[in-house]
Amino acid sequence: MSREISTCPLRLRHYPGHLEPEYAYTLGIAGERFFREIKENARIMGAKCKKCGKIYVPPKLYCEECFEKLEEWVDVGTKGTVYTFTISFLDEHGEKLEKPEIYALIKFKGTYGGIVHRLGEVKPENVRIGMKVQAVFKPLTERKGTINDIAYFKPIME
Amino acid sequence: MSEKIKEYPGHRIKTADLRAGLVPLIRYKPEAKFAFSAGAAMSRFLEELKNGRILASVCKKCGRIMVPPRTFCEICFKPVDDYTYVKDTGKINTYSVSFIAADASRVKEPTIVAVIELDGASPGMGILHKIGEIDWKEVKFGMRVKAVWKPPEQREGAITDIKYFKPLKEGEE
Amino acid sequence: MEMFGKRRVAVIGAGMTLFRRNLKETGKELCWEAAKMALDQAGLELKDIEAVVMGTAPDAFDGVHMKGEYLADGAGARKKPYMRVFVGGGTGVFTPIAGWWHVASGMFDTCLVVAEEKMSSCFPHPAYAFHTIFDPIMARPLGVTLIWIFALEMHRYMHVHGIKKEQIARVAVKNKQNALDHPCAQLPQKITVEDVLNSEVLCWPVQRLDISPTSDGAAVAVLAAEHVAKQLTDNPVWIDGVGWCIDSTYWTNRDLYYPKYVECAARMAYKMAGIKNPPKEIDVAEVYDPFDYKELHHMEGLMLCRKGEAPRLTEEGVTQRDGDLPINPSGGLLGVGNPIAAAGMMKVCEIFWQLRGEAGKRQVKKDARTGLAQAWGDLMQYGSVIIMRS
Ligand SMILES: [Zn+2]
Ligand SMILES: [Zn+2]
Repeated sequence: MSREISTCPLRLRHYPGHLEPEYAYTLGIAGERFFREIKENARIMGAKCKKCGKIYVPPKLYCEECFEKLEEWVDVGTKGTVYTFTISFLDEHGEKLEKPEIYALIKFKGTYGGIVHRLGEVKPENVRIGMKVQAVFKPLTERKGTINDIAYFKPIME
Repeated sequence: MSEKIKEYPGHRIKTADLRAGLVPLIRYKPEAKFAFSAGAAMSRFLEELKNGRILASVCKKCGRIMVPPRTFCEICFKPVDDYTYVKDTGKINTYSVSFIAADASRVKEPTIVAVIELDGASPGMGILHKIGEIDWKEVKFGMRVKAVWKPPEQREGAITDIKYFKPLKEGEE
Repeated sequence: MEMFGKRRVAVIGAGMTLFRRNLKETGKELCWEAAKMALDQAGLELKDIEAVVMGTAPDAFDGVHMKGEYLADGAGARKKPYMRVFVGGGTGVFTPIAGWWHVASGMFDTCLVVAEEKMSSCFPHPAYAFHTIFDPIMARPLGVTLIWIFALEMHRYMHVHGIKKEQIARVAVKNKQNALDHPCAQLPQKITVEDVLNSEVLCWPVQRLDISPTSDGAAVAVLAAEHVAKQLTDNPVWIDGVGWCIDSTYWTNRDLYYPKYVECAARMAYKMAGIKNPPKEIDVAEVYDPFDYKELHHMEGLMLCRKGEAPRLTEEGVTQRDGDLPINPSGGLLGVGNPIAAAGMMKVCEIFWQLRGEAGKRQVKKDARTGLAQAWGDLMQYGSVIIMRS
């Protein structure tokens, strides 16, 4: 059996390629309302399941457990608690950041779920799990209806 | 839809609203780039294109001469036994004439594309390529064609080192 | 085929969303809408579902990599056994096949099978997502598009049998007409053969009206083991045969005029269902029709007629709703729309409704007891077939 071995492995070729598509995602039925409230009213909303009582943050169209449609929306306030956090020294491309960034999962009292966001106005060494934080919104004119309409969450006194 | 179901969900977005920017959207462009390893057979195939030759694999068990070349025979499921060259001539197995670009927009000059069964390969063994030097209305099934190569100094070891295949005249090789 | 201890599996509910070019709902929301409807139809709640199978086509459409995981909560899969299946365009019919083995094996008594596609996320056109499916060395540098390869197959099919475009166009006319009676349809239209022949040429011989649209949508079915199905409904629809098959990825190396892999999948399903004479025993079929020629190609691959004979049957009206062998009474992908995986699943839903006599204006004239749904995909190489009986 003369399996082909004459090709020098050093000459093995790579062929370049890239992804051409771009994306434009709809926010969905629940998402559109959630981001409209953030943009227009600087409010963080949850959606409540009339069957099991769970309040989803961010809101969904349906309860993933009961499969009921969620029709009752509640204002959950802008204050939450740091459930867990990480300090990132690298950016999304793996490049070293000039200044480390703190990302936290923030939970809101009496609700299910939470929001992942940046923490600001705090040094990494001072962040604690369980710390109380509050959303800092960008000025109304700069808000575009995305999660970045919240600039960051900052620590607050209890 | 069952006749038992009276309402069906879904909110249609009008194209006009999309174009007018009335629909909130989150935009994203993937940045990933790739380097596909060509592997042993296709690396050599690409190298040989630079030499103006088309490489094929030989399986002695089923007797097939396969193009594009591969390191194993997918029928016998064993390594191929040898490599050989097939000719840069062949015949049109099927063809199409494309009036649209990659993004589905219209183009002025249509592209003729074809599956070309290469001389020297097993029957039915073809490659995808373009057809040139002919009006698209004149193309025929079974038409004899020959590769038109880029000049050697412009070849880069890509399938596009063959610019296209052109029709052969009666008796021409 | 021996039953190997397999259990009989029934479809007991189905649901779907509108099919549209752009829907506002997220993929998750589409899944939930269709799944909720299917559960309501079956008289079940999510807690009654033991396992979930998701079918959805390339991640590059929705633009969410790992979209099986992304869609899970909308599909009702939270804290349940869950898997995603993917076989290109064949996914929509392969999804209930995977659901079938979940239940037939005895592992689960109920299974929700969900199919979803949101092609509108891909911008500016879903065609871009299709580029990434091709061989990066042999095909992509030539600027290949999806329509090229189907045009090459269609042309070869026409050449081998001497089929004319006029004959093929009748399929588009029939299916878009059938879709007028489908409340979810995206492109229901009353058109003529002339309209098809005069429509914009995309890649000869493919013209604008030969093609199904790109779509957003979801479709869902609820499967149950025999003992559960009989408790819940007086008219379950049984899955009596399943088959699937793939051919070589070297598509330039094979005969394009005939889908041998569809024949292999069909033979597997017919054998299991005990079907010896498909044209006589199949009362209604939903065959995969992303292009009009594919309906003919697939009728032949499914052995519903002889090779090259499908155009004549279509001309004679045999495949109309009131014909002897109604094909695509739903309106098919050409009329209802083509959210890839959801489109195949829509066909399974249609056969379910046809066999229950619930298809309303779309109900075929003959007394339909045995139906078939089929999908096709990957690089023109995959067939999935399901046989259902009332
Ligand atoms: Zn609930
Ligand atoms: Zn072999």
